[in-house]
Amino acid sequence: MKKMKIAKTTKNNLITYSMVLIAYILVQILLITGHISSLMSGLLVPLCIYVMLAVSLNLTVGILGELSLGHAGFMCVGAFSGAFFSKCMDGLMPDGIRFFIALLIGAAAAGIFGILIGIPVLRLKGDYLAIVTLAFGEIIKNLVNVLYIGKDKNGFHFSMKDSISLHLDGEGQVIINGAQGITGTPHDASFTVGILLIFISLIIILNLINSRDGRAIMSIRDNRIAAESTGINITKYKLMAFSISASIAGVAGVLYAHNLSTLTALPKNFGYNMSIMILVFVVLGGIGNIRGSIISAVILTLLPELLRGLSDYRMLIYAIVLIVMMLLNWSPKAVEWKEGLKEKYFSRLHFRKEKEGR
Amino acid sequence: MSLLEVKNLTISFGGLRAVDDFNIEIKKGQLYGLIGPNGAGKTTVFNLLTGVYKPDEGIISLDGHNITGLKTIEINKAGIARTFQNIRLFKELSVLDNVKVGLHNHYHYSTIEGILRLPKYYKVEKEMDKRAMELLKVFELDGEADYLASNLPYGKQRKLEIARALATEPKLLLLDEPAAGMNPNETGELMDTIRFVRDNFDMTILLIEHDMKLVSGICEELTVLNFGRILTQGETGSVLNNPQVITAYLGE
Ligand SMILES: Nc1ncnc2c1ncn2[C@@H]1O[C@H](COP(=O)(O)OP(=O)(O)OP(=O)(O)O)[C@@H](O)[C@H]1O
Ligand SMILES: [Mg+2]
Repeated sequence: MKKMKIAKTTKNNLITYSMVLIAYILVQILLITGHISSLMSGLLVPLCIYVMLAVSLNLTVGILGELSLGHAGFMCVGAFSGAFFSKCMDGLMPDGIRFFIALLIGAAAAGIFGILIGIPVLRLKGDYLAIVTLAFGEIIKNLVNVLYIGKDKNGFHFSMKDSISLHLDGEGQVIINGAQGITGTPHDASFTVGILLIFISLIIILNLINSRDGRAIMSIRDNRIAAESTGINITKYKLMAFSISASIAGVAGVLYAHNLSTLTALPKNFGYNMSIMILVFVVLGGIGNIRGSIISAVILTLLPELLRGLSDYRMLIYAIVLIVMMLLNWSPKAVEWKEGLKEKYFSRLHFRKEKEGR
Repeated sequence: MSLLEVKNLTISFGGLRAVDDFNIEIKKGQLYGLIGPNGAGKTTVFNLLTGVYKPDEGIISLDGHNITGLKTIEINKAGIARTFQNIRLFKELSVLDNVKVGLHNHYHYSTIEGILRLPKYYKVEKEMDKRAMELLKVFELDGEADYLASNLPYGKQRKLEIARALATEPKLLLLDEPAAGMNPNETGELMDTIRFVRDNFDMTILLIEHDMKLVSGICEELTVLNFGRILTQGETGSVLNNPQVITAYLGE
């Protein structure tokens, strides 16, 4: 019995990994045979970014059971810290290594912000995290818009006013230029790197869930009081889940920054709209269902593009798909139907076993 | 020496003295009952003992250590585990995983070892599985190890809570109405199980119960609470024959 369960989670995770792998191979074949439009191929890296964001937010929302409305804020932190590093180091080290370090820096910076927010907020009982992360996302976005950082022989210069107040000498270079953001970030992102990062995120999250720490995290979600009296350190495990979730969003941000020549913080990319959209991916894919998050992020990102030809009906169909997905995941009837299918399948297995037994 | 010694424990909610000057002494290995009418303050005593509430006055010592005012998690680590009157399982976890959460502080590997699936992960997880299955077997739950906890019938959920509490390796086990909602058959089985746990785990048990058959059947000593105050305490037989106790239970 016990073995069966372990086999089941391993099998489940394998399905998730192979799904990503097969999607990657399919896209590669289509790319080589020239079956993907330039518009579509431009969507490949963003798709990876959305998948990472959805999967990581699901760690906070579905596994830890806390509501976060500022996931795009962590992505923003990762994007700017990673791009800042790449811009400073451009040409000073091999591209691959530089990008790798940029990814680590993005993860660390976003993770640190996660801890800074988590320490005061996650200790509180109740849904304070939602409101604080919402504010955090907006503050970060606005802060980045008035941030000026330049570099010259004398080192780094900061300002919150304008680029002239940086007082750079003739050779100096503005790296972060307020609302104009960072321009000329090296284009290191690719679909292959994106898929690799998805794999790493999945390994971290799925293996975390099926471990001692993951059980502790989920026990807090299921019953905080019981977890506490069973000897689980609530604050520690909440912080762990939340900061890992933030770190992965930060990595997604670094990928985002290295996919664009100009990085600016707009309501569209780092505002609460984005945070809510990621949350929609998570909710529609099924809270706590990692594979569901991947699927819904992909479908909901591709759909508007695929439906472009239908112009007028586009938003209508989009809305219908949203509703259908929600019904499939959440309506008691549909859940019953899915359970029924499972039962049918399992009872047949059971029957076969019984026959063999006799 | 007594394992649990409580002196002068008091707490008020607003104007209500929910527990007033509560004293108790429980010896190692004892099976002790805490009884009293609804709202007498029994669960509140458990919440005080486990640090859910901080007492206004009084001292709690466990095995000679003063644990008054410690946090719930510290009290669990000091050696008190409990079950809840309104069952509190980890509903979305399997039966096995519920017990493995209980084992959390006794089996260790690092987060990195878990994520990278290093050999230590497999080794420790295997040990945890083994220990958890042993505990489940005591409560005849080993057949349901991979069920979701919320899918267990009521009586088995109560047993799983006890198994999870035992997994934390406590010195003192607090059971809040373990037989609530069970039929006489199940209650009979539960009595055997509680005795088995006491004998085989060298456990000291303090339980709250309304079922008089269970109380008179397995408790060696009783404390009766009424309106937050101790009505009487002592050896089970004499307490249950105390006229004051009978009136308190039948209602004035
Ligand atoms: N957190 C709280 N705030 C206010 N009043 C409380 C609180 N906890 C308990 N009480 C009150 O304290 C009194 C004792 O409650 P308690 O739950 O300890 O009773 P009990 O003996 O366990 O009763 P039962 O047999 O019904 O479980 C009740 O009047 C209850 O309303
Ligand atoms: Mg009670």
